[in-house]
Amino acid sequence: MSESAVAADPESVAYPGAQAPARRRFVASGGLRIAVHEWGDEQAPPLLLAHGGFDFARTYDVFAPLLAAGGFRVVSWDQRGHGDSEHAALSTWDADVRDALTVLDSVSNEAIPVIGHSKGGSLLTHLADACPHRVSKLVNIDGLPSRARHPDVAEHERSRLLAKELADWLDHRRIVATAERKPGTMADLARRRGRMNPRLSQEWLLYLVAAGAQHDADGWRWKLDPSMRFGGFGPWRPEWTLLRLPGLPVPMLGFLASVSEPMGWDTTEEMLRPHLPLDAEIHTLPETGHFIHIERPHEVAQRVLSFLA
Amino acid sequence: MIVSLRHGKVTLALHGLRPAGSGRALLLLHGRGLRSPTMVPERVAVWPGPIWALDFTGHGASSVPRGGGYSVEILMADADAALAQLGSLTLVGHGLGAYVALLLAGARPQQVRGAVLCDGPGLAGGGPRPVTPAVVRPVEKLEQAPDPFALLELARDVRPPDYATSFVRQACQLSELDRPISVCAIERPDWLAAVVEEPGAAVTTLAEALSHYAR
Repeated sequence: MSESAVAADPESVAYPGAQAPARRRFVASGGLRIAVHEWGDEQAPPLLLAHGGFDFARTYDVFAPLLAAGGFRVVSWDQRGHGDSEHAALSTWDADVRDALTVLDSVSNEAIPVIGHSKGGSLLTHLADACPHRVSKLVNIDGLPSRARHPDVAEHERSRLLAKELADWLDHRRIVATAERKPGTMADLARRRGRMNPRLSQEWLLYLVAAGAQHDADGWRWKLDPSMRFGGFGPWRPEWTLLRLPGLPVPMLGFLASVSEPMGWDTTEEMLRPHLPLDAEIHTLPETGHFIHIERPHEVAQRVLSFLA
Repeated sequence: MIVSLRHGKVTLALHGLRPAGSGRALLLLHGRGLRSPTMVPERVAVWPGPIWALDFTGHGASSVPRGGGYSVEILMADADAALAQLGSLTLVGHGLGAYVALLLAGARPQQVRGAVLCDGPGLAGGGPRPVTPAVVRPVEKLEQAPDPFALLELARDVRPPDYATSFVRQACQLSELDRPISVCAIERPDWLAAVVEEPGAAVTTLAEALSHYAR
């Protein structure tokens, strides 16, 4: 199929087991347009599903339908700056959590189960702590915190490291007003994404291009806000996130990867164990990378459905 | 005169309070919920060079974005947009603006020739460590300055003392100044109490600090 035909009808790109959302709508979070995607019966009990950083809701096109088939109204959304949501001028952790609550408010006033991958898992862990009356159960897919990666850097070194990070970030902020994502063919975009997702198949990556990129006159571009970038700095400490876990007020099911890869958090069960609440259930999946629910959708969905039953 | 600067999707208002004149510019950074003065404040009038003042994102005549998401780091990048426009400069910050001045002095140590930290709204921020997590949503009318999201979020940002001092140390190591930071504030939130203990920071008056950096 030609790329312009795909552009005219992105749903024409198929992937085994993948289903586009049954319903799409927008909610306003403080005036910002947030795109909401839903699978499953609208009358079924709802659950909230949060994607990871630099992803978008439709990366759940295989996983979400499995949960929907288990009897849930699966509600996901594109985080600000991602997918079909508005490219916000500002973006912080607290703003993402607020957007999550806005989406939750749009489906229920009660406590419902929440499931998140990577950054999405961490966001929902934060939400469960901030609004324990709104979350009934938490599933965290490789978004459990790990310690700082460079604990042994000397003070002077750290200052130099910080200086470069700061200058690079400020230089980036000076150009974001005119920044654009690099255009390319579908295969170009799939290949670029493959660098960050080395364990995912080319077929799946091409499916994601059709779902998460737009076709402009000069080629395809990921919809992701070009002002978003990897890395950053700030006062946050990983141990502050770890401190959220022991008092977590809801049952938690956690999945951890066993194979390290670029987007992964490298969190281990052994490291987490002292911080976990008593009734937490953790599964480390053998021979599995960071995108656990994409590599093993059936196994993860089955464990999640048992946990929610 | 007002110069409009682009920072991402936001348009910032940079006010030329006394734009003419030779020598290094003085840039004023306002406190939380405030805006730039319309005239040169008497207490900084002795500055020999041009005097400018910046309205942060969501404040004064700068644009108000939708949906909040404020951080002091983004305000530092606001101030960096003014730095790109004005070239090497000296900073005077009040309250929140004082903390932002400290960050920019550490992040652009070659171009910031001294940061003067004064009292004002928002000096303490959200304290040295995170408080109980909560989802905050403003009840005031949105999309007018000062942005109610800014008022809320910039009262909650965490300011660990060792994060603040890493910016002082960086300013010390990478600028040619022996005292890149001058502290005039009376209030001493934890971050500022740590800053004044650093070799590169001096406790002084605004008049003395201006005279020092004007040399």
